[in-house]
Amino acid sequence: MSTLTTTLGRIGGVNLLPFAVAAVAFLLIGAPSSWVTLTIAGLAMGMMLFLMASGLSLVFGLMDVLNFGHSAFVSFGAFVSATVLAGLGGWLAADSWALNALALAAAYLAAISFGLVAGWFFETVIIRPVYRDHLRQILITIGAMIVAEQTILAFWGGTPFSVGRPHFLEGSWIIGDVSIEIYRAFAFALGAAVFVMLYLVLNRTRIGLLIRAGVENREMVEALGFRVDRLFIGVFMLGSALAALGGAMWAGYETLITPHLGSELMIVVFIVVIIGGLGSIEGTLLGAILVGLMANYVGFLAPKLALASNMILMVAILLWRPNGLRPAVK
Amino acid sequence: MSLLSVQDMKTDIGQYAVLHGVSFEVPEGGVFVLLGRNGAGKTTTLRSIMGLWTPSPGSVVFNGQDITRMHTADIARKGIAYVPENMGIFGTLTVDENLILATESGRFDKARLARIHELFPALERFRDKQAWSLSGGQKQMLSVARAIIEPRALILIDEPTKGLAPSIVGAMAEAFREIAQTTTILLVEQNFNFARSLGRDMAVIDDGRVVHAGSMEAFAADTALQDKHLGLSA
Repeated sequence: MSTLTTTLGRIGGVNLLPFAVAAVAFLLIGAPSSWVTLTIAGLAMGMMLFLMASGLSLVFGLMDVLNFGHSAFVSFGAFVSATVLAGLGGWLAADSWALNALALAAAYLAAISFGLVAGWFFETVIIRPVYRDHLRQILITIGAMIVAEQTILAFWGGTPFSVGRPHFLEGSWIIGDVSIEIYRAFAFALGAAVFVMLYLVLNRTRIGLLIRAGVENREMVEALGFRVDRLFIGVFMLGSALAALGGAMWAGYETLITPHLGSELMIVVFIVVIIGGLGSIEGTLLGAILVGLMANYVGFLAPKLALASNMILMVAILLWRPNGLRPAVK
Repeated sequence: MSLLSVQDMKTDIGQYAVLHGVSFEVPEGGVFVLLGRNGAGKTTTLRSIMGLWTPSPGSVVFNGQDITRMHTADIARKGIAYVPENMGIFGTLTVDENLILATESGRFDKARLARIHELFPALERFRDKQAWSLSGGQKQMLSVARAIIEPRALILIDEPTKGLAPSIVGAMAEAFREIAQTTTILLVEQNFNFARSLGRDMAVIDDGRVVHAGSMEAFAADTALQDKHLGLSA
């Protein structure tokens, strides 16, 4: 058993899991074109979930803060970007790649900016008074989530809000008998780019080193002379901005959003964080990709099991690795 | 004037009163040893000095400045390093990353790094290894090395020999002797022979109070006193 584990470790270890899931799905689905479409949909979904979950994972890892209000950033990100896109409808529909891209960039920047400011406010007013008290954290952040949903309801109303997509991201690429939706490929590429940036910041900069060390042992980082509470505000704001960006991308993916978007996604986001291992960006990516692939494959093969599949996946992984696939602390 | 003065320090952890009024003075230079039985309050004393537990009444004065209610990070920046009982190394970081994190500039001072590698050659061999993969002794070396990667006035070290092989304990004693030539060490230790070989001054803590303080030489010579406070001859 240990020889098998060592051999698997050498060739990639738990990183091979998405490939294993994809291979099994290939055998079960049978039709290669359907498999490719589902795989790309799963990867795109995974990348959006990664954006939403990465901040939550770091926030929990660094300060032991359980933030159930994280979904508010996802919802607000979606609605803020959708509103900007609605205002720039002319640019979206224009037959100009540049105008399309500008409209999308403006929407995403608005969502990110909102996430940064809201994250700062949320951390300062709601989280800081309840550091080190999980019960009060759960109560107050769930309360904040409800207030946020009601605020969205008051501003945007309860009817589903239509989200415009830039002209250049509409449609699909047809390669042979395989159809690849352009927006999904774009979501995957953007998510991958954000992951690479996050990875470089965490592994190549002093701030990243501090964050990684703080996730492992906050007290020791403080004993070395660094104020982790100040670092945490930055991480919280970054996590909120990423969640808002994830919400903005999800809005474009769904094209019709409601104020409950964030809270509906939150269960899946928590599953991603738990599967990946708390405080680990690489683990969060792995968990998100697995959840995205499973949701799409099972949705195709056994639609009634689609929702349960991720719960089953989480239980199976936790039985195998109680701290998740790639926890930050060894 | 002493480098560190702890006066009537009382610390509660949750609803439990652990320190009931600890007072002692650490002179500048050499090794000052805090001795005491398990649960006497030695670790809590170090953590309270470091600001990791907040003492309610009492005062901690370092280099003439009151640091009693300062944030841990600010205390560290005053020139106090801490080597906790569990070593506090960052397992997923490499040996070099553990060390560079403790530098103020984010860069190594080559001369200091060379001195550390001279004191602890294993740390040079395993520079790029993740710290979780080191042996217990190597982790302890890394923890001490991290405390001296920058010049510090005082290092608080909590039970560094716990669980280490005798050969490593000897090497550690040598390293501490060399470090103590330039830096004051406040050492918490249960291994009396190790403590005796290093300490110049000492205090014994029992039930959250200092019950004896004086020179290590006098304490080492008085077996009745050792028996009374530490139960060594029992």
